[in-house]
Amino acid sequence: MTVLAIKDLSVAFHTESGRLEALKQVSFSVAANRSVGVVGESGCGKSTLINAILGLLADNGEILSGEIIFEGDKDLARLDPTAMRGLRGQRIATVFQDPMGALNPVLSVGRQMRDIQYRSGLSKRDKDARSVAMLRKVRIPDPESRLTQFPHEFSGGMKQRIAIAMALMMEPALLIADEPTTALDATLEVATIELLKDLQRDIGCSVLFISHHLGVIAELCDEMIVMYAGEVVESGTTREIFHDARHPYTQKLLACDPARLSQRVPRLPTIAGTLPDLRRRPSGCVFQPRCDRADAQCLTTPPSAPVGGSHIAHCWHSDVPLGAMSA
Amino acid sequence: MNEDLLRVSDLRVSFRVGGLSARLAGRATEIEAVSGVSFTLQRGSTFALVGESGSGKTTLARTLNGLQPVKAGTIVFEGQELQGLSNAAMKPVRRRMPMMFQDPVGSLSPRLSVRSLLSEPFVIHGLSDRDLNAEVTRLLALVGLPRDFADRYPHQLSGGQARRVGVARAIALDPVLVVADEPTAGLDVSVQGEVLNLLNDLRDRMGLSMLIITHNLHVVRQIADRMAVMYLGRFVEQGETEAIFRAPHHPYTAALLSANPEPDPDRVHQRITLPADVPSLLARPSGCEFHTRCPQAEGRCALDVPVPASVGDSRLTCHFPLNT
Ligand SMILES: Nc1ncnc2c1ncn2[C@@H]1O[C@H](COP(=O)(O)OP(=O)(O)OP(=O)(O)O)[C@@H](O)[C@H]1O
Ligand SMILES: Nc1ncnc2c1ncn2[C@@H]1O[C@H](COP(=O)(O)OP(=O)(O)O)[C@@H](O)[C@H]1O
Ligand code: SF4
Ligand code: SF4
Ligand SMILES: [Mg+2]
Ligand SMILES: [Mg+2]
Repeated sequence: MTVLAIKDLSVAFHTESGRLEALKQVSFSVAANRSVGVVGESGCGKSTLINAILGLLADNGEILSGEIIFEGDKDLARLDPTAMRGLRGQRIATVFQDPMGALNPVLSVGRQMRDIQYRSGLSKRDKDARSVAMLRKVRIPDPESRLTQFPHEFSGGMKQRIAIAMALMMEPALLIADEPTTALDATLEVATIELLKDLQRDIGCSVLFISHHLGVIAELCDEMIVMYAGEVVESGTTREIFHDARHPYTQKLLACDPARLSQRVPRLPTIAGTLPDLRRRPSGCVFQPRCDRADAQCLTTPPSAPVGGSHIAHCWHSDVPLGAMSA
Repeated sequence: MNEDLLRVSDLRVSFRVGGLSARLAGRATEIEAVSGVSFTLQRGSTFALVGESGSGKTTLARTLNGLQPVKAGTIVFEGQELQGLSNAAMKPVRRRMPMMFQDPVGSLSPRLSVRSLLSEPFVIHGLSDRDLNAEVTRLLALVGLPRDFADRYPHQLSGGQARRVGVARAIALDPVLVVADEPTAGLDVSVQGEVLNLLNDLRDRMGLSMLIITHNLHVVRQIADRMAVMYLGRFVEQGETEAIFRAPHHPYTAALLSANPEPDPDRVHQRITLPADVPSLLARPSGCEFHTRCPQAEGRCALDVPVPASVGDSRLTCHFPLNT
């Protein structure tokens, strides 16, 4: 079963200096019980993608075309705001970098967890029992007595686990996480990833996970998509991408990860050039101005080239494997 | 140039928490977010501070900048004692010790254009007679942003773009020491590399020193000469970065280094896993404050407070240091 299927989604922001195409013909899907990671340069459209799914695009944003099919029958690109509000927090849950975005500082944790269950029809006692069970699942010790406490009485890592508990309270079909471990130290980051894996298995939800920490994606996700300038340039299983990336952008991105360096280097690897101005997309391949494999063919739109299995690279020259890349 | 640019001795910073009710109930009403921190930073060098959220890193940085009062201890910057200075007296200091705040978008006023944001340091410090447009263009070029970004507003920037504006603001007025709170959190690895290369370049070109707060150990290794690991407001280990990466002495440092996720889905990790419950500053554990999570803890750890000791070039607080 496919929980989320995005087809040819294009989104634009209208700015004083013209129309900026932040997403262009994005297509991918998230199957039931799978986690899909999204990586890409800052500004490549990851948050825009999430906001489009959640119906939370800024006022100057517009879905130009495409569909966002959720649970097979609802097109989120066209859903009315009331129906969308009904899905958010219930069928589609979110976790962000700052857990305080999800927590109200002046209400006890128990009260907030009860409030999320307003649609459940359960009694107050049963709601609290579910809250306690959920807090136990995210490994908050002594959860009964913790219900009366306020967010500031928990450490940063615990607050994030409470935010996760609240997100998963209603057993959503899809959890969207935008850099949820960025504020945690390495020990808590790893603990949070393990926790998310366990909960996902338990609850049976799908996860769409955004992170710049490639190691975290490698550990958590089954599949991943790589975005560049608002387009999906490569997609496949996490293993396929980390071991056999074929799109020149992905190859360069992986090469930039300081985790690959076992000692200090005088200059960190970077990708020369900058993202193109999204108001004036280059014709042909969007990565062409920065690509050292570009040739005349690249001035026309590249194909989605199958690499094998589910692995696809949108490139004219996707036959050059990682190791063969020039430095 | 090996003189101490910054010398911090036994620094303590506290916050009042809870209200009258907590006081009446006899509960603790004060937390010491920075609890006896000492270190020195040499001119031209980079010092990294790691530790989990809530361990006091931001509070320490804000205190150096005079944004949080010092409860006890001293801060000596370029030979001048900073503790207790008035806001007015801190102003020229801030020009030499600019701070890049955590949360790149949130720390930029939403109603100001990038042009105004980059002009602001000059205006604040009474330098508006300079050619501000030229300064803005110069700063944008320095941090690798197109010149037409001057007319954008913060909500129109991606996280990475906002960070570059933050760097540009920090280096606007020829700084000596840049204090950067999570300067690369939320950046992709390529832009992160650019920001770090930029900071490294500025260090080399302008003889800048840096105090960098980060969770990312790969970043620490790439940029910092020395590092400190913070836990519950104290430095549990500090020393030369390479030496610490090669052989951490404190069990918490060892756990942090072993946890670092690697970009390989098939990697089998040999991790030191810690219980996730970080104690509260309101109820500090007895003895060694790490004993509730420490895999090496023994009986005396819950009773005796370890005193700071030197192992090689490192300073640490642990009864049973590793790799000695
Ligand atoms: N409201 C808006 N008006 C105009 N442009 C916008 C708006 N919101 C985002 N953009 C632009 O859209 C592009 C995509 O931004 P988005 O925030 O989705 O990037 P991102 O991939 O989430 O980046 P990061 O990794 O830095 O969070 C960027 O060029 C950004 O400047
Ligand atoms: N203004 C404040 N009032 C009360 N407590 C605070 C305040 N600012 C920070 N704290 C507390 O001080 C401790 C250290 O916080 P902080 O310096 O922000 O940590 P870090 O930057 O390492 O995440 C935390 O327990 C935090 O909740
Ligand atoms: S299509 Fe051409 S320009 Fe684009 S990524 Fe592939 S080789 Fe590079
Ligand atoms: S003193 Fe004991 S509890 Fe503390 S870090 Fe050392 S071994 Fe662990
Ligand atoms: Mg984003
Ligand atoms: Mg902080």
